[in-house]
Amino acid sequence: MIVWIILFPLIGAAINGLLFTSGLYKKYGGDEHTEHSASGIIASGAVLLSAILSTYYFIQLLSMDASQRQIIQELFVWIPSGDFTVSFEFMFDSLSSIMALVITWIGFLIHIYSTGYMHHDKGYAKYFTYLNIFVFFMLILVLGNNFPLMFVGWEGVGLASFLLIGFWYQDNEKAYAGRKAFIVNRIGDFGFILGIFLIFYIFDSVNYQEVFGKALDPTYMEAVPAAVITTIGLLLFVGAVGKSAQFPLYVWLPDAMAGPTPVSALIHAATMVTAGAYMMARCNVFYSQSPTAQMIVVSIAAFTAILAASIALTQNDIKKVLAYSTVSQLGYMFMAIGVGAYAAGLFHLVTHAFFKALLFLGSGSVIHAMSDEQDIRKMGGLRKKIPITAITFLIGTFAIAGLPFLSGFFSKDEILAALYDRGYMFHWIVALITVVLTALYMLRLYLLTFEGKSRVPESIKRYVHESPYSMTIPLMVLAVLSILGGYVGVPDFMGKAIGIEHSNYFEHYVSASIYLDTAVEYGHHFFGHWALAGFSVGCAALGMFIAFYLYYIKPSSSENVAKEFGPLYKASYNKWYVDELYDYIFVKPFAYISGVFSKFDLGFIDGAVNGVAAVLKDTALTLQTVQTGVIRNYAMLMAVGAAVILTIVILYQGF
Amino acid sequence: MGVEHYLVLSAMLFVVGAYGVIVRKNLIIVLMCLELMLNSANLAFVAFARALGDMTGHVFMIMSITVAAAEVAVGLALLVSIYSHRESLDIDLLKLLKG
Repeated sequence: MIVWIILFPLIGAAINGLLFTSGLYKKYGGDEHTEHSASGIIASGAVLLSAILSTYYFIQLLSMDASQRQIIQELFVWIPSGDFTVSFEFMFDSLSSIMALVITWIGFLIHIYSTGYMHHDKGYAKYFTYLNIFVFFMLILVLGNNFPLMFVGWEGVGLASFLLIGFWYQDNEKAYAGRKAFIVNRIGDFGFILGIFLIFYIFDSVNYQEVFGKALDPTYMEAVPAAVITTIGLLLFVGAVGKSAQFPLYVWLPDAMAGPTPVSALIHAATMVTAGAYMMARCNVFYSQSPTAQMIVVSIAAFTAILAASIALTQNDIKKVLAYSTVSQLGYMFMAIGVGAYAAGLFHLVTHAFFKALLFLGSGSVIHAMSDEQDIRKMGGLRKKIPITAITFLIGTFAIAGLPFLSGFFSKDEILAALYDRGYMFHWIVALITVVLTALYMLRLYLLTFEGKSRVPESIKRYVHESPYSMTIPLMVLAVLSILGGYVGVPDFMGKAIGIEHSNYFEHYVSASIYLDTAVEYGHHFFGHWALAGFSVGCAALGMFIAFYLYYIKPSSSENVAKEFGPLYKASYNKWYVDELYDYIFVKPFAYISGVFSKFDLGFIDGAVNGVAAVLKDTALTLQTVQTGVIRNYAMLMAVGAAVILTIVILYQGF
Repeated sequence: MGVEHYLVLSAMLFVVGAYGVIVRKNLIIVLMCLELMLNSANLAFVAFARALGDMTGHVFMIMSITVAAAEVAVGLALLVSIYSHRESLDIDLLKLLKG
């Protein structure tokens, strides 16, 4: 009964929504304190049950034969239409099981963390209702066994993110951020649904097994032009670009930091933004067959990775740095998917979920300690005050930078090796530069926040305190995962060195859902695997060294650097003016056209409608005076009328 | 005497009645004028019946006299009621149906 994985969060949301958010509980004498603890426990418990259940089925999958790892449960026929039917059915296979585990377990930790973080918030029960709705839709997206069901989840998480980002809707700017996320996502969704239509048109089905089965059948594919497969791949990619915040649709994600910090951790690090990567890995069969689509995906992903990393360098808001870092890391995942290294992309998705959730929750802990201050220029020297947060944050920083033996190292190295192996030299170099930038901005963030002289304003200084256990325990769990999480996917060549064959368990597990292997071994390589790993470690070390020098050894020199690269620094600080560019290209012309049309609407269309009404009204007012109420007038009119009619009849009928 | 004479008399009576309905202010007089108009029509019916040797005209006349009797009973009741409310029978004062 895999459907219960999905139903538990829905039940949790229903209880919280109907009982607490509706005010019923208070109406019948419940007090706020018990309401708070109850709603937190219900929401976290619901996700915990899902997590336990998905773990149970995951273990079942492991015990199955590799080629049969699939549990499908059909609930009912959803859209019966002649020969074409869509069922409401869910599938638990090697791909969706990984996602389900990440969503439920990390989601559970974030729920626990939220009970502490949101403790003083008025909308406590509402918050947990939304959070459960989000998990529910995300699980539908991941576990659905056909494209329409995935689309339901796809739209559902869009809605949930709109609700959660705009959670503090009393603040206009935050409500605006929620709206922006929703609208930008819509643009991507448009591409996604067009892709689904095209799939239906070509393969006459929307069920995964049937579509992928036909797409793998060479005789069926003979009749399908290559350009169509490329188009399908690119349309789906447009959807992924929206949801997973790739260039040019990434602009919503940094603004989405307006939501509560645990929301940022859940939506913008661990689950929703990875939906695009999941979807493309699911549809790997199209990408494997279309080199053009692959080329475009890799190029956009590489550009996104380096662009976002360059913006993250100069941001001063602790959460904004992490947001751009997420955009950049998602670029890595898409690079991997673009070159056909789907397992590597998903592996990075998993490890990224660990350390990015850790970093976001850590930043939440800092914000909590600093009484809602998010500007790192007003921090510094916090390590002694909040040691647990500082240490876990440092572990996250090292993991994302790709220091050896931490989770991020293994997954990032896989991607870099895949880029190199498949001959994407230019993209490989871009990815390496991004590694330098990643290490640089992450260590800058850590150093400015936790080390050096304190720049905390006196008014806040006295209140800086470590967060409660409900917040620090998830941090510690995530820190352990960030360290150890990479060992399920140690590259085979490293495993061999210490005498373990096939040490990349992750790849072997996931490969059951990957239909075509595009790993083409190119003639000869300059560098072996060890050298490649050495390059990425060297780049990370270089970035860390620069950060350490600029922000720790000689703190004043960072300002000199900023002056030296004046225009560049300013452009990066202003996010390369992409938002302004959009404003200029899209928003302003649309506003102008809307103005013209509104004049036409008000003047012509409304004028015509109102004009007819006015004419009728005037006529009625004039005719009204005929009604005098004097009986003699009526009698006379009747007599005259009768006389007139008689006259006419006599004249024309010739009596 | 042909049917024309009766018809001319009937028309004269009708016009007198109509004139009275339109011109007079007293409600009782108005009702009486209405009776006059009805009876002018009855006269025409009977004249045609005799001239054509057909009983239909007679039947219509009796019918209309019966209806007129019933109508006058209702009309007088309304008239009494109006008078008790308004203490006047001037129809120009009864203008509640004004638009």
